[in-house]
Amino acid sequence: MKNYDQLIFEISQEGRIGYRLSQFEDDNTNIDNIIPKELRRQDELNLPECSENQVARHYTLISNKNFGVDTGFYPLGSCTMKYNPKINEEIAGLSKFSRLHPYQPVETVQGALELMYNLNTMLSEITGMDEFTLQPAAGAHGELTGLMIIKAYHQKNGDYNRTKIIVPDSAHGTNPSSAHVAGFDVVEVKSNRNGEVDIESLKSVLGDDIAGLMLTNPNTLGLFEKNIEEIAKLVHEAGGLLYYDGANTNAIMGKTRPGDMGFDVVHLNLHKTFSTPHGGGGPGSGPVGVKKNLIEFLPVPIVEKEKETYNLNYDKPNSIGKIKGYYGNFGILVRAYAYIQTMGGEGLKKATETAVLNANYMQKKLKEYYHLPVDHICKHEFVLGGLKGDLNEVTTLDIAKRLLDYGYHPPTIYFPLIIDSAIMIEPTETESLETIDGFIETMIKISKDAEENPELVKNAPLNTPVKRVDEVQAARKPILKWEKDS
Amino acid sequence: MKVLEGLLYSENHEWVRVEGNKAYLGITDYAQHALGDIVYIELPEEEEEFDAEDSICTIESVKAASDIYTPVSGTVVEINEDLEDDPGAVNADPYENWIVCIELSNNSELEELMSPEEYKEYCEKEE
Repeated sequence: MKNYDQLIFEISQEGRIGYRLSQFEDDNTNIDNIIPKELRRQDELNLPECSENQVARHYTLISNKNFGVDTGFYPLGSCTMKYNPKINEEIAGLSKFSRLHPYQPVETVQGALELMYNLNTMLSEITGMDEFTLQPAAGAHGELTGLMIIKAYHQKNGDYNRTKIIVPDSAHGTNPSSAHVAGFDVVEVKSNRNGEVDIESLKSVLGDDIAGLMLTNPNTLGLFEKNIEEIAKLVHEAGGLLYYDGANTNAIMGKTRPGDMGFDVVHLNLHKTFSTPHGGGGPGSGPVGVKKNLIEFLPVPIVEKEKETYNLNYDKPNSIGKIKGYYGNFGILVRAYAYIQTMGGEGLKKATETAVLNANYMQKKLKEYYHLPVDHICKHEFVLGGLKGDLNEVTTLDIAKRLLDYGYHPPTIYFPLIIDSAIMIEPTETESLETIDGFIETMIKISKDAEENPELVKNAPLNTPVKRVDEVQAARKPILKWEKDS
Repeated sequence: MKVLEGLLYSENHEWVRVEGNKAYLGITDYAQHALGDIVYIELPEEEEEFDAEDSICTIESVKAASDIYTPVSGTVVEINEDLEDDPGAVNADPYENWIVCIELSNNSELEELMSPEEYKEYCEKEE
């Protein structure tokens, strides 16, 4: 059944019924009296007609095709696909967390509020910030929240000229997008060969129209931005604020803190660094932390503690307002809290050390066979630049496709844009030496196949239910939904 | 890699064909090759004004979305609407399929651009 590839509509048979809806109590009721005609669908609904058994098998077979960290190695660079310990699920599933209603009186949810309060304190300590909001639903949502806070700060100072956000050309694509959504113009600064901010290029764009700078550290090449203190000084002297994109926090836990580097606003991806599940659309969580002078702008409500009682404080006149329904993705906050508690401070530090060690081990082993445009000790991830010697025109895409045949999720490819034919690998700390060695051997084997049997690689994947897809046609003439033959 | 005579070239791999006060703008063979199969081109509006080095359009390929920066300042007087339906034409012939036509506001900017020979050398260094 590995090759099962039907749509639910294709197994539908007219007249087959899986579930019978109850009739109106009074069959003589005129439906027009209940739902006006103009609000009712006029054309046929075209729902598939299947038995319950068929529906169960259909979705089970499809779900069997899923790939995740629980099925195999997932070295997707920039995504921190670490294993998610099952104890997190168990804690989040406790009925006193999972069965709460967001509008319950606060005196009946003191435990949940205490968890949020403590998580806020822990995240503040890890990042060196003073206060967090737990509301944002994911990383980019955190970016938007952070930028709205930066905007509110300048506006409160009467600084309406500050309409621009600086983003390096090696940044995550979400950075310029979030800046646009927050109503800023984006100014790009060039990075040098190591993906670090070019100081001269930065100086040339700083001025009284700059609201702030967004930066990831370590950067997208997995390298630590050595000049961060100078960058922070320059931006602050020009009146701007510094935003830390927390995408790569797995590389720094317990080692250094964005707050100490000079950042004013930080977001974290709990679904990456703090091992809550991700991939496949969430739910994620992107808490935002700020320094003291920005606390007044954080979204409401904030969990506060008075003596031994926890409360939700909505009374913050300078707040940017609510950024998400209720209090954030609470179930995810519980998982992250469980993770931090089980790991402890030393454990988090060890996680970072192991993540960095794993990445350097792989980088060292693979650079004999693959281009390594920036050959430097890396942090938690590294970026290769395709095969050495451009063997038989085997591309980065071909290599990624061939990895599918060996049961791996491919690394991130063609990102960052500053590296030609990029292959971005992030092993994380949760993989065994055997798994990492197995992947390295496979990558070496693919490089040899590229030399000796290139067609094998160019036509990959060969063992998957769906073979090489035509990405160009899929993008140029997409078919986005099933339509009934008329 | 093809470099055409009679055109001027920018460091960001755009070409410019000057006709009187107007300049046709496209991307070079080097650029289309680096981008890979192009699947979408977001064109500017006619009469929009741009300064040199502004992003004038966005090209999306199977690899990435990339901004295209105009090497010259001016007002868009014409856009190649055919590319909306057939963006792959830029892959097929990047020099035939111009993207926008600009009325130049500062002719001296053309002096900053490279000749075909200079551009060839520039690309070899980029390799």
